[in-house]
Amino acid sequence: MKAILSGNEAVARGCYESGLHIATAYPGTPSTEILENITQYPEIKAQWAPNEKVAFEVAMGACFEGARTLVAMKHVGLNVAADPFMSVSLIGAPGGLIVVTADDPGMHSSQNEQDNRTYAKFAGYPCFEPADSQESKDFIAEALRISIEYDVPVLYRMTTRICHSKGIVELGDRVDYPISGFQPDPKKFVVLPAHARVRRHWALERLHRLTEYAEITPLNTIETGSRPIGVITNGISYQYVCEIMPDVSILKLGVSYPLPMQKIQQFAQSVDQLFVIEELEPFIEDQILAAGIACQGKQFWPTTGEFTPDIVQIGFVKAGVLKETSAFVKPEEVIARPPIFCPGCPHRAVYVALNKLKATVSSDIGCYTLGALPPLSATDTCVEMGASIGVAVGMATARGSGKGIVATIGDSTFMHSGMTGLLNAVTQNAGITVVILDNSITAMTGGQHHPGTGKNLDGRSSKPVEFAKLCQSLGVDRIKVIDPYDLIQTQEVLKAEMETDTLSVVLTNRPCALYPPENRKKVLQVPFHVNTDVCIGCHACFRVSCPAISEADTKTKKGLTQSCIDPQLCTGCSVCAQVCPVQAIQRVNHE
Amino acid sequence: MSEIKNILLVGVGGQGVLLASELLSDAAFKSDFDVKKSEVHGMAQRGGVVSSHVRFGEKVHSPLIPQGDCDVMLAFEQAEALRWLHFMKSSGVVIVNQRVWVPPIALMKGFEYPQDPLGMVQERMQRVLKINAQQMAEDLGNPKVENTLLLGTLSTVIELPVTIWQDVIRARVPKGTDALNLRAFELGLQSVTGEK
Repeated sequence: MKAILSGNEAVARGCYESGLHIATAYPGTPSTEILENITQYPEIKAQWAPNEKVAFEVAMGACFEGARTLVAMKHVGLNVAADPFMSVSLIGAPGGLIVVTADDPGMHSSQNEQDNRTYAKFAGYPCFEPADSQESKDFIAEALRISIEYDVPVLYRMTTRICHSKGIVELGDRVDYPISGFQPDPKKFVVLPAHARVRRHWALERLHRLTEYAEITPLNTIETGSRPIGVITNGISYQYVCEIMPDVSILKLGVSYPLPMQKIQQFAQSVDQLFVIEELEPFIEDQILAAGIACQGKQFWPTTGEFTPDIVQIGFVKAGVLKETSAFVKPEEVIARPPIFCPGCPHRAVYVALNKLKATVSSDIGCYTLGALPPLSATDTCVEMGASIGVAVGMATARGSGKGIVATIGDSTFMHSGMTGLLNAVTQNAGITVVILDNSITAMTGGQHHPGTGKNLDGRSSKPVEFAKLCQSLGVDRIKVIDPYDLIQTQEVLKAEMETDTLSVVLTNRPCALYPPENRKKVLQVPFHVNTDVCIGCHACFRVSCPAISEADTKTKKGLTQSCIDPQLCTGCSVCAQVCPVQAIQRVNHE
Repeated sequence: MSEIKNILLVGVGGQGVLLASELLSDAAFKSDFDVKKSEVHGMAQRGGVVSSHVRFGEKVHSPLIPQGDCDVMLAFEQAEALRWLHFMKSSGVVIVNQRVWVPPIALMKGFEYPQDPLGMVQERMQRVLKINAQQMAEDLGNPKVENTLLLGTLSTVIELPVTIWQDVIRARVPKGTDALNLRAFELGLQSVTGEK
């Protein structure tokens, strides 16, 4: 049977077919749909973890028990999980462990574009790189086989384009395996220095054996072309090379670490010119050059950004092996459509207020990062998950006062890695204001549950964290709960807290306007409209940056363009009505 | 390479571009072609730029359409047709929904929505089909069927059997709306046949 699947759906299907037992993750674009799709297979126990490090630790425990296990995360998530990722190298993965890293060349929805193949080399793990949906499914079975046979975690590297592209996949049936159970062996599972020193030699010898595997695996395959030009490539770049240069010889690396250097040497000898085409870092190229084999790559194909067929083509033209066809037409410069808060988003008023109060805002990763964009322009810093509170404490320490310094962090991000930052703020007696934007969901990745929502991935109920109690027990004395649809209250509370040099936490209490979808009806209120008899065309309402508000066809008597509100989009949150100086924005049934 | 059909669906987040491209790739799949479809699920929930590449033929490698190779563009919004025009083959067809969606950023200084995007597209391309799908969908009684209507129009310029389109629509639209969606598809299909 065949199906049309995205790379993420195909990974989930591969897990099902290869008898996977347990899967865990923290959501992060572009990896999120892997776990979401695994839930359709009840044979696999799937759970969200509060962050990638915990997810990885759960996965380790499962695989120590002999369970076939997968843990998925976006590329920067592996930084969070790097500690267990590196150290489990000396233990191994007895049950089989696949670590999916979903890299994001071009930074479609990430703060950096680090190339996580580097982590495979760092830890001494094999790196599998599927090039389409079929391989995304098929490689899972092989990665599990290798993980178990070599007692090693496998880094399974996807990229945004592989994760989110769809292709046709031939499906298979599930093969079931028993969970063998934990076999106690302290010299293996307890990495005391004395044990670890011994295991280090074992891990190096394992890498040597994996290199032999890389030489013979059919995942590293040579396709001989009619021209004496050779291309070594991996992942999505392979598809672009096939598209642009169908007549060259290709060494496609499905296992991009450790490299099959003998195979590469033979391939190099069979061609007149050798190119390496890989997105991001010269990971393969540098190793080939270090082995003394001549090749060219990054001088023709860029180190930053996502590849396209066109970028691959331009590189071949630069390299002098492809004639320039017609020049590309320059794209028309059309007005941007930057993402903005949804209508009814509970974050809107907080950033309208913070902008007005001229706070120094240390923010975090989530939808609310958009508070940095004009016209809200409220956010001063944003680095990585959970950074907001630590950065605010650092600023307060440097200034000698926390007055005017506000950390904004979402509920899911606070669960992920904000709690320790807040604990430190208490210990340091930092007089900052921490706003926890609790919209009761992980919104930016499409609405996933977390420990504060009271639900698990599989729908089971859990005991939800109570944020006020949690902050109190961490030692925060000043805790305020605000309604973020009430702009005036929001502004007054934030102003008061900013003016004191005492640590305070401000909790917002409105849910996300989009997720979960069944909540949407609860969010919707009577929409607003602009009364054109009253509107003076001052455009104050534009400053709340709502997709439902736009310029109207109508004008004031002085000839100023009035505003209008799309009743289909408006959720009736009322924030715009509160900034209107003449009360022209009224509920639709007001007349 | 020449036997691959390249279709670009573009529009604004919230218009149903991604569902439409799902239906198109399903229809190509059910017609026994190799199919690839690609888009990036980005940060924008609503109001952001959305584009989806669909390619089908005997064997498809790249999920992305090379620039200058696009056979058909289905634009759900006028300015979006202009944004992606550089992907078009000179002999390609551009279908433009006459809808105009001005982004809120246009309210700020230095950002301007193009004067007459449809006119600019017509100036540069020989084969442009325009359709007022929003109005037609509203006439049908549900603005949400705009995307199915546009697929009807698209179906007139790519060769996939109408029965497969109908099967795919029945399978993928929300329960209880299949009759409405099939009517919208038919209307989109006929609107263009009439114009030719």
